[in-house]
Amino acid sequence: MGVMFSLLAVVVLILIAVAGTELAGWRDLFGIVIPYAAVVAFVIGVIYRVLKWARSAVPFRIPTTCGQQKTLPWIKSSKLDNPHNLFWVLCRMFLEVFFFRSLFRNTRSVVVEGPRILYSPTKWLWAAGMAFHWSLLIVLIRHCKYFIEPVPSWLVTMQNLDGFFQIGLPIILTTDVVIVASLTFLFLRRVVDQKLRYLSLPADYFPLFLLLGITVSGVFMRYFTKTDLVSIKELAIGLVSFSPVVSSEVGLVFFVHIFLVSVLLAYIPLSKLMHFAGVFMSPTRNLANNNRVRRHINPWNPKVKVHTYEEYEDEYRDLMKAAGLPVDKEE
Amino acid sequence: MYNGGKVLIGILVFLVLISSPLWYNMAMDGSDYQIELEKAVRGDDCVRDSAWMKANHMDLLNEWRDQVVRNDERFEIGSDGVQYERSLSFTCLSCHENKDKFCDRCHDYLGVEPYCWECHIVPKEVQP
Amino acid sequence: MSKNIKTPEEMARIKFEPSANGWMDPATEFRPGTWNFTAVPETLEYLDLPNPRKWRPTDDDWQLPENWQEIIHEGLRERLKKYRTLQIFMDICVRCGACADKCHYFIGGGDPKNMPVMRAELLRSVYRNDFTTAGKILGKIGGGRKLTKQVIKEWFYYFMQCTECRRCSVFCPYGIDTAEITMMGRELLNLLGLSIEWINTPLSNCYRTGNHLGIQPHGFADSIEFAVDELEEITGIKVDAPINRKGAEILFVAPSADYFASPHYYTLLGYLLLFHEIGLDYTWSTYASEGGNFGLFHSSDMMKRLNAKIYMEAKRLGVKHIIGGECGHMWRVVHQYMDTMNGPADFLEVPVSPITGTRFDNATSTKMVHISEFTSDLIYHNKLKLDPSRNDHWHTTYHDSCNPARAMGLLDEPRYIINKVCNNFVEMPENTIREQTFCCGSGAGLGTDENMETRLRGGLPRANAVKFVHENNDANILLCMCAIDKATLPPLLEYWVPGVEVGGVHEMVGNALILEGEGKRKTDLRGTPYPGIEDDGEEGDSNV
Repeated sequence: MGVMFSLLAVVVLILIAVAGTELAGWRDLFGIVIPYAAVVAFVIGVIYRVLKWARSAVPFRIPTTCGQQKTLPWIKSSKLDNPHNLFWVLCRMFLEVFFFRSLFRNTRSVVVEGPRILYSPTKWLWAAGMAFHWSLLIVLIRHCKYFIEPVPSWLVTMQNLDGFFQIGLPIILTTDVVIVASLTFLFLRRVVDQKLRYLSLPADYFPLFLLLGITVSGVFMRYFTKTDLVSIKELAIGLVSFSPVVSSEVGLVFFVHIFLVSVLLAYIPLSKLMHFAGVFMSPTRNLANNNRVRRHINPWNPKVKVHTYEEYEDEYRDLMKAAGLPVDKEE
Repeated sequence: MYNGGKVLIGILVFLVLISSPLWYNMAMDGSDYQIELEKAVRGDDCVRDSAWMKANHMDLLNEWRDQVVRNDERFEIGSDGVQYERSLSFTCLSCHENKDKFCDRCHDYLGVEPYCWECHIVPKEVQP
Repeated sequence: MSKNIKTPEEMARIKFEPSANGWMDPATEFRPGTWNFTAVPETLEYLDLPNPRKWRPTDDDWQLPENWQEIIHEGLRERLKKYRTLQIFMDICVRCGACADKCHYFIGGGDPKNMPVMRAELLRSVYRNDFTTAGKILGKIGGGRKLTKQVIKEWFYYFMQCTECRRCSVFCPYGIDTAEITMMGRELLNLLGLSIEWINTPLSNCYRTGNHLGIQPHGFADSIEFAVDELEEITGIKVDAPINRKGAEILFVAPSADYFASPHYYTLLGYLLLFHEIGLDYTWSTYASEGGNFGLFHSSDMMKRLNAKIYMEAKRLGVKHIIGGECGHMWRVVHQYMDTMNGPADFLEVPVSPITGTRFDNATSTKMVHISEFTSDLIYHNKLKLDPSRNDHWHTTYHDSCNPARAMGLLDEPRYIINKVCNNFVEMPENTIREQTFCCGSGAGLGTDENMETRLRGGLPRANAVKFVHENNDANILLCMCAIDKATLPPLLEYWVPGVEVGGVHEMVGNALILEGEGKRKTDLRGTPYPGIEDDGEEGDSNV
């Protein structure tokens, strides 16, 4: 159900873009107004969400320690997995954000006859996740060339590296292939694996389909339908300099592409895709395990009712005296 | 603890990253850049119509290369009924004689580095 | 062990059969053997907790307060502000499924709602429905569920099937910690008076008497005295064990099971011998006679209420610093909560070992040192005379307890000690130790008899790893540094891997430690005669 609903949603979005530009002719709406609205929604939405998180307190310092703590000088501590200061926290976070270190630990467990439980490392999810996110990053950076002038040479170099294999014309970019393949894998595992099928929601399928729609429409423009890139860059650079013009040469596939991107941008703050910001703010990862060295302050540390020693001794004084235990008050 | 300062730094980094094209263009004076290609020296006719050429010239050139190099078929009749030699240097560049003001302007604008000139010599360099 | 329990073979046939209705259906069957008895009304009353009454999970009507929905909503709203973890973990989970087969309850039971991601979804779906714009508009298709009484029952069932062990959080790419989710879920349930006996009785006991078991001061003194006598019988040496002594240098706090349950008791004997031999100037306390803190399994307020006693007592007795005994969740509280909740401990001094002079720079603020940190430092500086051959009848392996492993990183100190006091030590397979260690399946207040099936299932991964070293390396004792482990692993091992005992690290220290002036020991601390020693007819009494 989740799959069909999400697929349908993306198809409807595509149809909206087609109908809006081809039939209704609202090219400025889809080329200018919606992208602007989407960027505004994205930026404000993301900041709103992050500020909302920031307004929640971090009452306790609760890092998940994944290695030996720093204690006695002759015991080797695991600085990355159990960081004891900000520097090593930053290192841990860097590996977490850029290389998905925690996910790299992934194992699979199966119970076989015996019973025996077997554990084996499994890197598929990690590999697909890395492939997707890194491709996305490179694709995003590549796309900067449409928004800036002059195009810096490092960006051209990066693009040339992306097309290193020089297959096809226009040269097939590795990231284009990898991003579509990894998205497909990430989708398939959700429907093939029984556990994932059980736990997946429409909100898990929808972004996958949306991203597939975006990447496939992009790939289509580059390799098959072709498009007048000059008019697209003029529109894109017009958007960032607040004087956009949608020339008559801008084609249908582009409108589909930019509309899906707009929807994605607006959708991010409302969804799990906020993990891109949340990963930086997760208290089990971004705090140092120096709990016993520096006192962590809880801003709402409550006053609680405690059972004082006086109350305790009052209740047990006679018994304590009889047992020969020292007491504070004789009476 | 709230770590408000660190969160604000994070938001600032986010804003800088997302608005970086804006600042870049301002610094480089790039946003007003209008791409203007030099007109062909001889008339308006081309091997295909110009809108098609804008989007698909790389495919045509690729096909020409294959035809010439692999099949030794050096000529074709263009969409205007005229016979053309399949040659970047002699046909294309004979009308668009200034590579800098025609090919490169567009390619630079779009950040593209075609590998044509890895084999072909730029005519200007030969005949200054 | 209760009757009607399945055989290990039956139990190990684990089927993963998700309900065709999908997880959004909150229908939950309270099968015998899977849930815990509910809190006795008097214990709630004693602690001023809401809605005390008699009820059972199998009842149709749980007698919730009239405005129960409002209570939950307000409670959740409040906690989203108070805990960034909750707010973020509600928002950013991508349901990648990496955590799914990391939970011992899921591995051993196959119930799909025991996948950590699902446990969080039970709460998250209500959060989405009532606290997010997208959820309010999209409803069910947006992953939202209405808060119904059935959902509350489902929460109770599944939040009492999580031991807050944090294993899933090791693998989560965002560090989402199900322990946090469960803690929040339990706090919310407690607002409605939905608590279990095995948490609430220890709480009210501890609040009143200073320890979970409800041992009153004279009973405490008796226990210690009994241990001193027993040690004299075993070693011929009478150790000193001061209680509530003002002016001592160090306050020693251990989990109460150490002086009242077996096999914890042998660890207590180990502490006493060690402290005697090094001449430690220390004291026990009857008021702070509990290191453990079941408040951790109830609510942060309750945790604070119980934990306060340790610093208060340290101040009253005028000690310089504190040493803590072998206990898992106790050390989660001491390490990650105590200083924040009840500090600053500015009336104490930075811990310095009076024997070696080592300054414990890792405890400069909290001023409390783990006994294994203290002991390994002694051994490293050659301050103890040890005879590891006294442990030769043991083939040891070591179980990292969840909390010291994943909330502290106390991994190598116990291993160092074990290797110095035992000749036979073997590690269990690497996916089951250190930060990847498996829970005993009975932590977080779930170690009762009535939920034995859940416990045995949850304990399967741990027991299975023990079985591996039992069969391949003749391991016959599982050492650990956790009172809950010591209480709950014996029935677990008896069921899954008979022939393996459970013991503490300081029991091994006590066996190996050569006391000044002692003769040849006839028995180990358990009263088991050493081979080649003639039994002189007197039964070594190992029963406590």
